[in-house]
Amino acid sequence: MTVFTGEQRGAVGGRRSWLVELHGWLTTVDHKRIAVLYIVSGLVFLLVAGTEASLMRLQLARPDQHILPPEVFNRLFTMHGTTMIFLVGMPILLGAANFLVPLMIGARDLAFPRLNAFGYWLFLFGALLLYFSYIGGMGVYGAGSAPDVGWFAYSPLTQKTFSRGHSTDYWILGILISGMGSMLTAINLITTIVTMRCRGMTFMRMPLFCWMMLVTSVLVICAFAPLTAAQIMLLFDRQLGSHFFDPEHAGSSVLWQHLFWFFGHPEVYILILPTFGFISEIVPVFSRKVLFGYPLMVMASMLIGFVSLAVWAHHMFAVGMVAPLNAYFAWASMLIAVPTGIKIFNWIATMYGGQLRFQTPMLFATAFVAMFTIGGLTGVMLAVAPFDLQVTDSYFVVGHFHWVLFSGTLFGIFGAVYYWFPKVTGRMLSERLGRWHFWLILTGFIVTFTPMLMSGFLGMPRRIYTYQTGHGWDVWNLISSLGVLVQIAGMLFFVLNVIVSLAKGRRADGDPWDAWTLEWATSSPPAPYNFAEEPVVASRRPLWDLKHPEDPDTEYE
Amino acid sequence: MGPTRAAIRVIESAMAVPAGSSPPAPVCPPQNTSIFSPATEQAARITEVTWLVIGICLLIFVVVEALLVYAIIRYRRRRDAGPHDPPQVYGSGPIELAWTVVPILIVVVLGLVATRGVFSIDTEHPPPHALPVSVIAHQWWWEFRYPDQGIVTANELVVPLSDPDEPRPIALSLQSADVVHSFWVPRLAGKKDVFPHRINTIWFDPTTAGVYHGQCSEYCGRQHAHMLILVRVLPKPEWEQWVRAQQAPAAEVPSGAAGREIFLSTACVKCHTVRGTPADGTFAPDLTHLQSRTTIAAGTLANTHENLLRWVTDPQQVKPGCNMPAMQLRPDQIEQVVAYLETLH
Repeated sequence: MTVFTGEQRGAVGGRRSWLVELHGWLTTVDHKRIAVLYIVSGLVFLLVAGTEASLMRLQLARPDQHILPPEVFNRLFTMHGTTMIFLVGMPILLGAANFLVPLMIGARDLAFPRLNAFGYWLFLFGALLLYFSYIGGMGVYGAGSAPDVGWFAYSPLTQKTFSRGHSTDYWILGILISGMGSMLTAINLITTIVTMRCRGMTFMRMPLFCWMMLVTSVLVICAFAPLTAAQIMLLFDRQLGSHFFDPEHAGSSVLWQHLFWFFGHPEVYILILPTFGFISEIVPVFSRKVLFGYPLMVMASMLIGFVSLAVWAHHMFAVGMVAPLNAYFAWASMLIAVPTGIKIFNWIATMYGGQLRFQTPMLFATAFVAMFTIGGLTGVMLAVAPFDLQVTDSYFVVGHFHWVLFSGTLFGIFGAVYYWFPKVTGRMLSERLGRWHFWLILTGFIVTFTPMLMSGFLGMPRRIYTYQTGHGWDVWNLISSLGVLVQIAGMLFFVLNVIVSLAKGRRADGDPWDAWTLEWATSSPPAPYNFAEEPVVASRRPLWDLKHPEDPDTEYE
Repeated sequence: MGPTRAAIRVIESAMAVPAGSSPPAPVCPPQNTSIFSPATEQAARITEVTWLVIGICLLIFVVVEALLVYAIIRYRRRRDAGPHDPPQVYGSGPIELAWTVVPILIVVVLGLVATRGVFSIDTEHPPPHALPVSVIAHQWWWEFRYPDQGIVTANELVVPLSDPDEPRPIALSLQSADVVHSFWVPRLAGKKDVFPHRINTIWFDPTTAGVYHGQCSEYCGRQHAHMLILVRVLPKPEWEQWVRAQQAPAAEVPSGAAGREIFLSTACVKCHTVRGTPADGTFAPDLTHLQSRTTIAAGTLANTHENLLRWVTDPQQVKPGCNMPAMQLRPDQIEQVVAYLETLH
């Protein structure tokens, strides 16, 4: 259903030399192309980080293994964490926002297209700077070494005394630069959403994904600002001899923890809220029903965003804060379960009474709801501070946040890739390969991360490069490592699917899923200007109104 | 010493411990570190909370997944489904209110549980007659100082069994000499982070004799994995005997004389203390009663003759990155040093 497009894009594409094509990509300020750059970079880094994780699981498959030396293992988990958070989650979600927000609100681009491109290149060069440490990390000491201070880089381990060479400086600068890019993009998104909605699109008629990006962007600004400040302070400590985080000179290592987690916890919601948006778009379309309780969903998102700024110290229950503070952070953290629960229930309610079509996007969305629930519930458990004192910094935490970020963020991303791939490329991904991908990755995920909850209960700390036998950890670690093999198989199907479908996937028309939001009202892929004329909407589902003139949403909202 | 001889020594020491040596033998399996088998009242309270929390969350989990599975099965699109979309339901105030209020009630319950737990752990001070031990975390080993007994030991904390009628808990004050560590012996208590220039405290009341394992649980650098804690809870008479043995200066046995000479004439003394000798370094574990411990290198190896040989020959082979260098001794000197270490009962 191609409603608002003037001309098809076919006439423009085709016989251009690769140099012209490359020049086009490098200089582009088109939000859709920048989105593709973001997402492709993110997926490449996903493969890199996955390889790092696989190596770690290889080492931990059996007790007392010495396949990797300790320093290599420590670099791997530092880089895996840093990469997944900053170089996979952030770019893919910002990329998705880049592509979808203007299309969903009926705009022709983001508010500041050149700033948008600048943000992407900051991200990319920050990422490359971080990975350059593998070659130049030791600086004048000679050999390369990636950072090995953990992704939350607790002081004073990051001070010059304990972290020689320059690998920690690369970590600081890489993240600082890509973080600047994220903040600029967040400002861009907020401006776009607030000022560039098409006629008739009031705030309460925006697709939920746009709401999510609005909340997320505010969080990005609130969270990355203190992180950037803390990183500059740390850089001063290392390079200019200041002592912000150096307890030897009356600095405070606890201050670093507060500043880092003041970023770190909202960051989790920065990574999950956009995927809530994906799910809120996918579930209704594949259930053939309108999203249940839209206003409450919006309110819940804003509440999550707001409260997430005030729960950071639940990462620090073992630090030895006073009891009233610990109690406060326990309460605040648990409170987040309420709006999150509302979302889960509303998605299920959307499915009730529908006609569920289990194509690949819906498979991932359903798995998201089923599995993320476990991530949320283990999170509630961790918020109960006395329990947390046992399992914080154990494998239980590793299991918990993979349940949030893997079956949450990553499943959401996969669902979104399958859902919007036709819109981006004009071709459908293969359903058959998609099913293989889904079932393998789901099985691999469960097999890998369930045992981590168990080994955490059995007292296994995280971030150890090897362990002795006799604790009962061996079997769980072996199962966990075997799960990785299944995941690798799943990812191969995904890569295969993307390559094959790009070349000869079924052609998609403008609206292959029979969906309702504005991005499906233009051609696939959309013309550079998105819409030939500014769309006018009268409800949350403009295409529903067009398809059902006898029963439009406008009468019920 | 010419470069040739130095090279020979390197080769010799490499031969003493063949490259790619077999991994360290397990120290003393099995080692129960489960949070579900608490051995103190302090840990048991957390276990109680854990079961309660698991129970509540499991219940929520079952309800949510059941609703979801029902929806998946019941509302699958049928093959004979017509072209029409199902009736649209935009929301329902009362239903949404229900699943807002019920979670709030659950949160209130869990919040109260957490609050009670937090206050009982953080604000109940140990009785004044508790045994004070000061714990100093180093990269990558633990130092235990008993101020009342004048004992310094490492990696293995030995404490008296507490009589339920007349409890004598153990009160640890935690400090770090370098980076952030975390003290965690799951069967005795929850963990507590260990900071430089900041004293944290933790206490527990050991009412069951036995050996309890734990390890550093805050990432602290290269050998974070090999920073194990072993707590031995001994019946009171045995503990008092242990204290008397520890208070004595180092034994001087003729069989250790040659090794003692080498030990005292090398840089060993800069880092290690052996009371009764000029060795008084404090950067590394006190060796005065090394043989009273069952492990070496912070739980990395069992304390056996072969392992001492490997360790003294080249600690970097056993625990790469640790702060002890290979002292470049001849194999016969190493034998003598180990013979000396084995006299330190």
